[in-house]
Amino acid sequence: MRSFTYERATDAQAAVAAVSRAGAKFISGGTNLLDLMKLDIEKPSHLVDISRLPLRDIEELPDGGLRIGAQAANSDVAADARVRTRYPVLSEALVAGASGQLRNKASTGGNLLQRTRCPYFYDTAAGCNKRDPGSGCSATGGFNRIHAVLGASDSCIATHPSDMAVAMTVLEAEIELLGADGSVRRVGIADFYRLPGDTPHIETVLRPGEMITSVLLPAPPTGRQIYRKVRDRASYEFALVSVAAVVSTDQGAVSEARVAFGGVAHKPWRSIEAETALTGRPATMATYRAAAEAAMRDAVGQGHNDFKIELAKRTLCRTLAHAAQAS
Amino acid sequence: MIGQALNRVDGPLKVAGQATYAYEQWGAGQPLYGFIVGATIGKGRITRIDTEDAERAPGVVMVMTYHNAPAQGVRDESVPAEYWRAQPVLTGPDIHYYGEPVAFVVATALEQARAAAGLVEVEYAGGHGRFNFAEQEDEVYIPKVVNAGLPTDTAVGDFDAGFDSSAVKVDQEYTTPYELSMPMEPHACLVEPRDEDLVVYVSCQIVDAARASVAATLRLDPERVHIVTPFVGGGFGSKLGIHSETILAALAARELRQPVKVAMTRQQIFQLVGNRPTTSQRVRLGAEQDGRLSAIAHDVTMHTNPDVEFAEQTAATTRSLYAAPHRLTSHRLAPLDLPPGTDVRAPGEAPGMLAVESAMDELAQALGMDPVELRILNEPTVDPERDVPYSDRHLVDCLREGARRFGWEHRPATPASVRDGRWLVGYGMSAAIRGHFQGPTAARVRLEADGTGVVQTDMTDLGTGTYTVLTQVAADGLGLPPDRVRTELGRSEFPTSWGSGGSWGAASSSNAVHGACMALREQVLTAACGDTRSPLHGLDPADAVFSDGNVVIGGASEALSEIVARNHPEGFEAEGGTRFMGDDPNYTDYSINTYGAHFAEVGVDADTAEIRLRRMLGVFSVGRLLNAKTARSQLIGGMIWGAGAALEEEAVVDLRSGAFVNRDFAQYLVPVHADVPDVDAVVLDGYDDKANVLGAKGVGELGICGAGASIANAVFNATGVRVRDFPITIEKVLPGLPLMDS
Repeated sequence: MRSFTYERATDAQAAVAAVSRAGAKFISGGTNLLDLMKLDIEKPSHLVDISRLPLRDIEELPDGGLRIGAQAANSDVAADARVRTRYPVLSEALVAGASGQLRNKASTGGNLLQRTRCPYFYDTAAGCNKRDPGSGCSATGGFNRIHAVLGASDSCIATHPSDMAVAMTVLEAEIELLGADGSVRRVGIADFYRLPGDTPHIETVLRPGEMITSVLLPAPPTGRQIYRKVRDRASYEFALVSVAAVVSTDQGAVSEARVAFGGVAHKPWRSIEAETALTGRPATMATYRAAAEAAMRDAVGQGHNDFKIELAKRTLCRTLAHAAQAS
Repeated sequence: MIGQALNRVDGPLKVAGQATYAYEQWGAGQPLYGFIVGATIGKGRITRIDTEDAERAPGVVMVMTYHNAPAQGVRDESVPAEYWRAQPVLTGPDIHYYGEPVAFVVATALEQARAAAGLVEVEYAGGHGRFNFAEQEDEVYIPKVVNAGLPTDTAVGDFDAGFDSSAVKVDQEYTTPYELSMPMEPHACLVEPRDEDLVVYVSCQIVDAARASVAATLRLDPERVHIVTPFVGGGFGSKLGIHSETILAALAARELRQPVKVAMTRQQIFQLVGNRPTTSQRVRLGAEQDGRLSAIAHDVTMHTNPDVEFAEQTAATTRSLYAAPHRLTSHRLAPLDLPPGTDVRAPGEAPGMLAVESAMDELAQALGMDPVELRILNEPTVDPERDVPYSDRHLVDCLREGARRFGWEHRPATPASVRDGRWLVGYGMSAAIRGHFQGPTAARVRLEADGTGVVQTDMTDLGTGTYTVLTQVAADGLGLPPDRVRTELGRSEFPTSWGSGGSWGAASSSNAVHGACMALREQVLTAACGDTRSPLHGLDPADAVFSDGNVVIGGASEALSEIVARNHPEGFEAEGGTRFMGDDPNYTDYSINTYGAHFAEVGVDADTAEIRLRRMLGVFSVGRLLNAKTARSQLIGGMIWGAGAALEEEAVVDLRSGAFVNRDFAQYLVPVHADVPDVDAVVLDGYDDKANVLGAKGVGELGICGAGASIANAVFNATGVRVRDFPITIEKVLPGLPLMDS
């Protein structure tokens, strides 16, 4: 029997100290970790429960932004009136994810760190470089309908499943980390996640023992925010493709645009190419199509997921059109 | 009482957590826990199996492999039905399909067993099998019969000539994927040795089959095997027979002389309890310009496991659905090294009608005809292949009533012509037909001295409502209020039934209970009318009315409880039975089916091809309803499954390993609540006097028949895109959508 020990952290500093021991992991909502433990994919010998740390609040920042505690439940963030009015893209993304029960349990920090839904990652009999480095990638040449079309490598073609993180990407959120030595640092979400390269088991820039304490949202960007998620059923399903967009228009032209995709890469995929193709151009379908082409210029399908490239383009076009109409 | 929407009599137990399912049984006390180790290759053999580490792991009391598994009975094909046959496990080093049990670990705690299972080291040779259905055309063969003993092929008239000379033709191929039953309650058991006997608490659909199969496998006298299955959390065909977890638990329990409990994990259920075969179906329809069909052909190829042949009756419903002088149906099998196929709700009928009812829509489109009118025009007067009359056919009534209630006249006549915001909106419809089955079933009814009626049969309740409908039938038969009737099910000590499956359970068991009640009435009347102490003495029993716990003849009345207490204080008892349909001449002289019509409205996102069901209506004719509420739930459940089959469900085979890839509910999609906004089922009043005394027919599987086709046809109506490869997912519709212009 794979036994493990458990402790409930009483303060943040004690938590990072406790997790420094070998084999220790944080647990918060547990909506992903417990499944992975039952399936013998995550094998911690010690769990440090950080769900009751006083990190559940959503606070105003002096610059007009918000600080979201890492332990704030997804449902609480989605329902927060300030989030809903100032960061609707984030609220929409959260509500589009999982189910009511899971959102009640899942934390903000845990959502950022959820693992891929690649079926081969979940199958311990299959090769998977993310689960078992060096064992190969079964998804390549296997069933890869939900897999990445951007930024993948020979080692791994998995996608990141979060909706929330895609919205936070266009909001240019910063993630605040507490180190084992008590140091605090902030990492922009664009730099937080890593592409798979040849080390797909290392998914973020988190250092050993580091804990996410909060997510900082800068003052809301100007323009209309929209999150659009495309999936195989109406609820309780991960995105095939999603788009988070912030668009402002001025006299029929796009004056500013931010675009990120979910479901297409190992991390939330900010598309500077699309943003460049939009900025200063007329707010027309031709512009959106050009932006979509730019965003997907380097996209590569794996077979079953080839359709995601066109799907991502079409989803982006419609999302931009909606955002521009309303802005 | 029969037909009323009585609430489930077992409802309070279920919502209070007091309905005891197999894995919750405690039996004689603390059991051991078993965990199955499955093969990680799809074809080949074990070259080495090392159990040392597992045996040394904490709590482990046994590791069973083919090296030390007890000798077992062999699967005997002379036993007529698969589910009654021996199901031996761990019989040798050969691996026949991915996930096949290679070891069984028994430990004090579940967690110990599971952890030790991970320590069993198995090395294999081989691994390359036949996994790709698309590449097996050369190996296709003709089965002797198909499921339910139906003929493999049929031919009437001269199909080729009839089809060739038809004015309008449809000739298309449709494909359907591997699907799974996936009941909420996993396949689970507790096996308890009691001297030389085995008490087997198991989640199963047919108690008699479970008993026979366990006995044959363990080479026991069936009388020594006691099956207990009072509550079952869904089966959908996957629990018609028992599976490896029960055999392994039974073998271990006998070896260890201790109770052993096992539940399959969800991931194991994908590999170990059978699947609906994948199919390729060619449908040819030839019609005159006025829409009258002259030729129908339905040729089906599906996969089978090479060792355990299974052929769904995919083209069977096509034989009775529409009139046409020239007809052809066939079934072919392509052997693949995949887990055996098995009955999955509406076996054959569900995927078969998906194809044929899509083809009918294509024909209507080609003819420029309303699809409802096309079907009505081709309504047969007699069963066109058997040349016998229908017993009680109301398909046209279902079509007309459904069209009226649904507002079919608002259907967009031109595909891809209606837009509601971002949604392309379409209507679709389909007919439904399914043969009615019933089988040998006995029930015992006892009247106790306090006037309580007790029903006993080894029939099961899978959540379908058996407890409730049998309570109603007995209450009706004995003139008791339903709360004075107690129904007891799911024990091999009770009279033998055909169990639940094939939608035969309700009709088979309710007629048996009804028969027992009629026999009981005679006993009661004989006793009362011949008893000088009874106010009914000397009166004519033919005038008796049983009502509200009393027997009334003319102006005289006596309580049932009085009659019982005075004459038979130990209670009156009688048995009733339903015979095998093959022994009932009505089933030879008539074509006895159930019917329906499905209507669906879908929205398809014009940009992304996301398909969302907007509303759905089914109108059905099933003879006499036994319970309006439980029947409606069955029908709606089937319709929702139809929606899943049309849009979501597919078990995907990894062509390299032969494993199903998407082995959990996060990846094998079924409809969630948000997918099912507004679904209703309406049942026409009816009574089929040829089917049985109560006039009732099967309900459960009719709901799925044709349901998916109505949605597929609605997708075509919405988009102009015809997808013939099910399920209809985004990538199959997307290329056909219009360009985005604004």
